[in-house]
Amino acid sequence: MTVTGKASYAESQLYVDGVTVSFDGFKALNNLSFTVDPGEMRAIIGPNGAGKTTMMDVITGKTKPDEGRVIFKGDIDLGKRDEAAVVALGIGRKFQRPSVFENHTVFDNLELAIKSDRRPFACLFDRLDGERRDKIDATLERIGLTEQKGRLAGQLSHGQKQWLEIGMLLVQDPELLFLDEPVAGMTDQETEGTVELLRDLQGERSIVVVEHDMAFVHALGVKVTVLHEGSVLAEGAMDQVQNDPRVIEVYLGR
Amino acid sequence: MPACRRSGRFRFGFLMVLFTAMALLAPIAVQAAEDLESLVAELGAAPLPKKDEVVQRMIATGAPEVVTILEALVERDLYTRKSDEKVVIGRKASGGLMLLDPVTGEELGVVGSRDVSRVTTNNSLRSSVKASMGALTLMSPDPQRRLEAADGLLKSSDQTMLPLLEQALAKEQDAAVLNALQLAEASIKLQSESAEVRLSGVQALSDRTDPESRVMLSRLLLKDGDVWREPDENVRGAAEETLASMESRLRMWRTVEHLYQGISLGSVLLLAAMGLAITFGVMGVINMAHGEMVMLGAYTTFVIQEGFRSAAPELFGWSLAVALPAAFLVSALVGVAMERGCIRFLYGRPLETLLATWGISLILQQTVRSIFGPTNREVGSPEWMQGAMESVAGITLTYNRLYIILFSFCVLCAVLLVLKKTAFGLQMRAVTQNREMARAMGIPTGRVDAMTFGLGSGIAGIAGVALSQIDNVSPNLGQAYIVDSFMVVVFGGVGNLWGAFAGAMSLGVVNKLLEPWAGAVLGKILVLVAIILFIQKRPRGLFALRGRAVES
Amino acid sequence: MSLLQRLTAPQPQAPGKGRLASVILLTILAAIAILVPLLNLTQAPGSALHVPTYLVSLLGKYLCFAMLALSIDLIWGFCGILSLGHGAFFALGGYAMGMYLMRQIGDRGVYGNAELPDFMVFLNWKELPWYWYGFDLFPFAMVMALFVPGLLAFVFGWLAFRSRVSGVYLSIITQAMTYALMLAFFRNDMGFGGNNGLTDFKDLLGFDLQADTTRAALLAATCIALGGCYLLCRAIVASKLGRLIAAIRDDEPRVRFLGYRVENFKLFVFVLSAMIAGLAGALYVPQVGIINPGEFAPANSIEAVIWVAIGGRGTLYGAIAGGVLVNYAKTVLTGLIPEIWLFALGAMFIAVTLFFPKGLVGSLPGAIDWLKAKAGARSAATPTRPLAKEAGE
Repeated sequence: MTVTGKASYAESQLYVDGVTVSFDGFKALNNLSFTVDPGEMRAIIGPNGAGKTTMMDVITGKTKPDEGRVIFKGDIDLGKRDEAAVVALGIGRKFQRPSVFENHTVFDNLELAIKSDRRPFACLFDRLDGERRDKIDATLERIGLTEQKGRLAGQLSHGQKQWLEIGMLLVQDPELLFLDEPVAGMTDQETEGTVELLRDLQGERSIVVVEHDMAFVHALGVKVTVLHEGSVLAEGAMDQVQNDPRVIEVYLGR
Repeated sequence: MPACRRSGRFRFGFLMVLFTAMALLAPIAVQAAEDLESLVAELGAAPLPKKDEVVQRMIATGAPEVVTILEALVERDLYTRKSDEKVVIGRKASGGLMLLDPVTGEELGVVGSRDVSRVTTNNSLRSSVKASMGALTLMSPDPQRRLEAADGLLKSSDQTMLPLLEQALAKEQDAAVLNALQLAEASIKLQSESAEVRLSGVQALSDRTDPESRVMLSRLLLKDGDVWREPDENVRGAAEETLASMESRLRMWRTVEHLYQGISLGSVLLLAAMGLAITFGVMGVINMAHGEMVMLGAYTTFVIQEGFRSAAPELFGWSLAVALPAAFLVSALVGVAMERGCIRFLYGRPLETLLATWGISLILQQTVRSIFGPTNREVGSPEWMQGAMESVAGITLTYNRLYIILFSFCVLCAVLLVLKKTAFGLQMRAVTQNREMARAMGIPTGRVDAMTFGLGSGIAGIAGVALSQIDNVSPNLGQAYIVDSFMVVVFGGVGNLWGAFAGAMSLGVVNKLLEPWAGAVLGKILVLVAIILFIQKRPRGLFALRGRAVES
Repeated sequence: MSLLQRLTAPQPQAPGKGRLASVILLTILAAIAILVPLLNLTQAPGSALHVPTYLVSLLGKYLCFAMLALSIDLIWGFCGILSLGHGAFFALGGYAMGMYLMRQIGDRGVYGNAELPDFMVFLNWKELPWYWYGFDLFPFAMVMALFVPGLLAFVFGWLAFRSRVSGVYLSIITQAMTYALMLAFFRNDMGFGGNNGLTDFKDLLGFDLQADTTRAALLAATCIALGGCYLLCRAIVASKLGRLIAAIRDDEPRVRFLGYRVENFKLFVFVLSAMIAGLAGALYVPQVGIINPGEFAPANSIEAVIWVAIGGRGTLYGAIAGGVLVNYAKTVLTGLIPEIWLFALGAMFIAVTLFFPKGLVGSLPGAIDWLKAKAGARSAATPTRPLAKEAGE
């Protein structure tokens, strides 16, 4: 198996080592291992059922791995933490289906997301200070929704909802971002905008993009990891991966 | 009944042999079948020491009247009429004694007590006569008589009767009499002088669990002051051992009884919950009116039975057979109407469905209450469902519960068959798994939804027929089962008939096993609390589906 | 656009509208608290302005139900948790008050036993059970009326929310909870009066419960408590926590992945809601004069949910309006034709879920708009307000 060398373990942003998860005998993840470096942008592709969603569930604390471990920043074991703890460590996740609070305004969506004390009583008495307000405004600018800040999120277009969700992750200042199909259902124009947004973010923090859209992954031009049946099938630059006979077989069938 | 007659004849033959043997043993040989009338006269005239012998000869006649005469003798009701020296039976009556002819039983008129003299007896004669009578009645062709004799022996515990008792035991066929005879035998043996016989008495009880034998044994283990009632240590040890094994067997039987009750409660829950498992489990619809579907089934049974009572009372035994399809149809139609008229607008909004169906349940309840009145309605059981099996240990297994257990298993199998083997079942499962895809493939999803809901409701109606046999039929019938049914489905795991089965059975059995030491209400509370706690551990029930399918 | 579409379409929540409704509601409550007792006590019974005492108590009862509805709206309307067991919290609060009132009877009971309530004497009990200690003190009883429902909600919610029991599962086990409590309170050896519950109360804080002045004071107290609870709930839903619980209602996984421990928030709201229900129960008991296990019946809890649905959930004032209106309708209908009440109630359940999911206060503006649009020129019939549903689809 082609895994990034063990030497990078201590310096890696995320280190997934031999993770196995099974549901009623079906192995959704099978000895999955890969590494994400700090500041790196990575694309993960794979056909349906390859285990992409389960992989993110394991990393973000929703599903506990049966075997193996997930190490964040070289020394933090994510295997035993719940979602809230994982988020507090600086890992954000965007869902496949745009997932924003439709009955809240765009501004409120960001306010709920912004880094703050997450305990109930703190929320009860929380007042937004100038610093955080500025940050929200800056993020609004970045995701291009300044004009929409007073509208209900439910009234946004599909693409705008996707951007809002990315914005909600950005205000949390995560070190590692998981984006599940960020351009699914977007128009070409919106996709272009998203590519720009992601390029803009590149380098600032580690980003893992899980995508179906090959053109989009190509446009990102980053290292690609191909998942198949719960483990890594191939890894490398997009052009290299695309010519890998195993990948072709998996994607085009036998 | 030829078998009975044959055994009767057999007994009679045996009696003859026995009496002949006894007659041969008597000091004076007598011809069998002496004239009873002359013997009675002889009994009156014979001097006290001779009387016993006359009694033996009377017994040897085998005449049924002998018992009455001897009873009168023992009760000191046998007199000699002074006017003609005739031996008569005298019963107290107003104005003196009513005289009866001992042989014919004919009334001979009332006389003053001065006109008769009592046939003299003494204690030893009376007890000897009693014993002889015991023998006579033990061999009586009438089982009721034999039972009385055995009970008499149990009370008197006459040692001399033991050989006779053993003979009777060897020949006895009737289970109830045999039971009483064994008890009497053991009792006599336990009071024997010989420790060995007493020990055999203890052993004779070893197969039994009834309260009488337990009392007998525990009496051996009592002390009067410092002295053991039973002097022999071995006998005491054996008694203790036997008693312990009795207790453990009894506990086992009680457990069996509770299990039976538990399984029967489980079957009722299964019947009530099966329809819910379909509507809730397969369709994701919370039907709070499910209990009312059960109630409708029960009222359908009531109406059908009323019809039978007035039109064809002789066919009443068939009323349930008619009620089953009728109840299925009534509840299924109401179910389909509910689905088409209301629920289909609420798919994907489970909480709203819950509230709307609750509203429907209120309307159905009030409708039934307005038509049939708020009180309980009488629903009869056909004869073959009445009665109970009784076992030695005193536990009863009623037939109606047994039928309900069998019935619920049949319904479960039928539903499984429908789901697995029919085209409708296939379509239903397809719609459950992927509605869009099913529609794309040309399955009429709307109709499948309605049919599925109809099926679930119809099964509830069938459950109502069964429940009408063991519970009161009132407008509140459904309410009583709704919480339990939901618990079964939630506990068993949604979308799985086997889950409902496992849930129903475990709830039923646990409930009944808890009942003896916690009481019915507390037991039920404990079960509810246990389920609430269980759901925390396994939020999706016992047979939960895991993985992706659950998320959507 | 049809009337139905108009009624079900979501509308952006204008903050000003909520404020207006709050002002109206609080004004009405203040008016009831002042005017009704005044008209009851100062006007002669023959006078046209006189409010009879039974009406005072009836109004008090409605307002207690409204408070229960308020507590349900907080948890259901804002947090999306449909509790079918809020009647249990209401009843527990009622029992706490009932126990205090029982202790106040002292030796004036049928058996004249100063140490034990009548039903305990009847059951041949020799001494007061430990859990009755302290209930002769009013402050203690009041703390218990809040604490016991709160504790039950805490334990239950802690178990349920932590293991992520949600949706209909949660509804069903809350129903099982109140059902189990009902069975328990029906038992004589629980020490709460069994079947008959607690009744024959004499006085509260030394004031005769039958006196007009006491009843008037109780009504005023209920108004104040309801107003206070309303303001508290309003403050909560307006805070960041309020927006967060609404977010939990709409998309729980998203909130979780924003780093919030959703179960803690649910627990906070659930406990608070249970305490409000308990307070409502405590105010209810002295005004109706009895508390019995029937209050735990699952049907009661579901009925309370429908008050909220009818009034309009997620608005707070709608729940209060629903609680009063539905119970008023119940009084009127059962007075006229007793059989018709269940039909009417059943129809309400169906109608409100199928046709008026936003309840009266949510549907009225839509209905009025629709009528206006009908009356106006055809050209003006196109909606001017942006509708979220259209944009979202």
